[in-house]
Amino acid sequence: MAGGNDLKLLGMWASPFVVRVKLALSLKGLSYEYVEEDFSTKSELLLRSNPIHKKVPVLIHDGKPICESSIILQYIDEAFAGTGASLLPADPYERAIARFWAAYIDDKMLAAWTQATKGKTEEERAEGMKQTLAAMETLEGAFSDCRKGKPFFGGDSVGYLDVFLGGLLGWVRAYEKLGVKTFDPEKTPLLVAWAERFWSLEAVEPVMPDVSKLVEFGKMLLARAAAAAAAGEGN
Amino acid sequence: MADGKEGDLKLLGMHVSPFAHRVSMALGVKGVRYEYIEEDLFHKSELLLSSNPVHKKVPVLIHDGRPICESLAIVEYVDEVWSGDGRPAILPADPYERAIARFWASYIDDKFFPAWLGIMRATTEEARGEKVKETQDAVQNLEKAFSEIAGGKGFFGGDTVGYLDLALGCFLPWFGAMRMMFGLEVIEAATAPLLAGWAERFGETAVAKEVLPEPEKAVAYAKKLQAYRASLNK
Repeated sequence: MAGGNDLKLLGMWASPFVVRVKLALSLKGLSYEYVEEDFSTKSELLLRSNPIHKKVPVLIHDGKPICESSIILQYIDEAFAGTGASLLPADPYERAIARFWAAYIDDKMLAAWTQATKGKTEEERAEGMKQTLAAMETLEGAFSDCRKGKPFFGGDSVGYLDVFLGGLLGWVRAYEKLGVKTFDPEKTPLLVAWAERFWSLEAVEPVMPDVSKLVEFGKMLLARAAAAAAAGEGN
Repeated sequence: MADGKEGDLKLLGMHVSPFAHRVSMALGVKGVRYEYIEEDLFHKSELLLSSNPVHKKVPVLIHDGRPICESLAIVEYVDEVWSGDGRPAILPADPYERAIARFWASYIDDKFFPAWLGIMRATTEEARGEKVKETQDAVQNLEKAFSEIAGGKGFFGGDTVGYLDLALGCFLPWFGAMRMMFGLEVIEAATAPLLAGWAERFGETAVAKEVLPEPEKAVAYAKKLQAYRASLNK
């Protein structure tokens, strides 16, 4: 397989941003060495490779680090252009649309989702949920507009936006089990169908995280956030 | 399919919007003509609202009737459509260098911009002090980035302006405005000598001179915004 020992991915099993990169590498058929970072203690390699943000994912290609999931995805697409299918569309206008919605997912949808799950007060979380659902409806509209009847954001086969949103699906399913519904079959039926379709793909299913483990991890994070909020309120 | 011809090209912008300036400068680098439409952000036009229904913001580039939004996505679009034919490239050719350029552009928008904007919007001395520190830290990171990326040359893009020069250079009028309004130097020659040299050099380029307004215009707009916000709080 192309890539070989040249590629190293620093990740953390629960991170949806890391899942994005794993999905892209899997779809391109690229092999790589995966290094699991400890959630609480960051390795020397991580701190050296991503001194600015100190976060995963970091892709290290021939010793050179690339950071930020959207940037890594585009890098994989460009550096391995001859390998497997392209993630981004060929047409510049369609590429601009894909970049627009990727930015929307990270800047609007994720910010709202984080507030919905980790907001300090009941009010904050409710507001976050409201904004998340609004964002999902906007994405439903975008999907309906750009798919032209095809099964994926990328058309007949998976592309950049499918991977971008797909990386989050593990947590979507985990949060559903924790009582936070992100995809509504009535308001966002296309996205619900897309999610099922995406998850069942051969290149996708093995890469997705274990949802029951995410649920446990989610419970732990929520408990931690609640404790921090309670401690804060005591001050 | 884009064939590099100009076609019908409109840019919806605002005279002191640094994000709109990124696009104007990118089009300038490529030598592409377009129709500029000044938006009144207090009374947004039907065209803006229908072209960018999600964010309702400038810049929007409308090419043959199709809108493209988000300044960095627009700059990449311009670079891809008007490539070859002896036109200068905005992003580097090498995938790794492109990744580095995108990383720092993202840093500029996610960390640096909110920090210095925060200085202007702070309502207490304490809050302002915090944002000043954040801005100074970000400038130090950008100073290091410049030294690594420019490799001894004059611009982030090397001998000529590139993606990062546009991404950062668009803020120069607002840095001038902050100097005038707060006596604050965002890029201090003493602590960020490379960036200070770059800022002067960038300001002298043809695209910067053609596109970037005088800081006084930014100051006037800031005052207008302040008055507007004050009226909302009554």
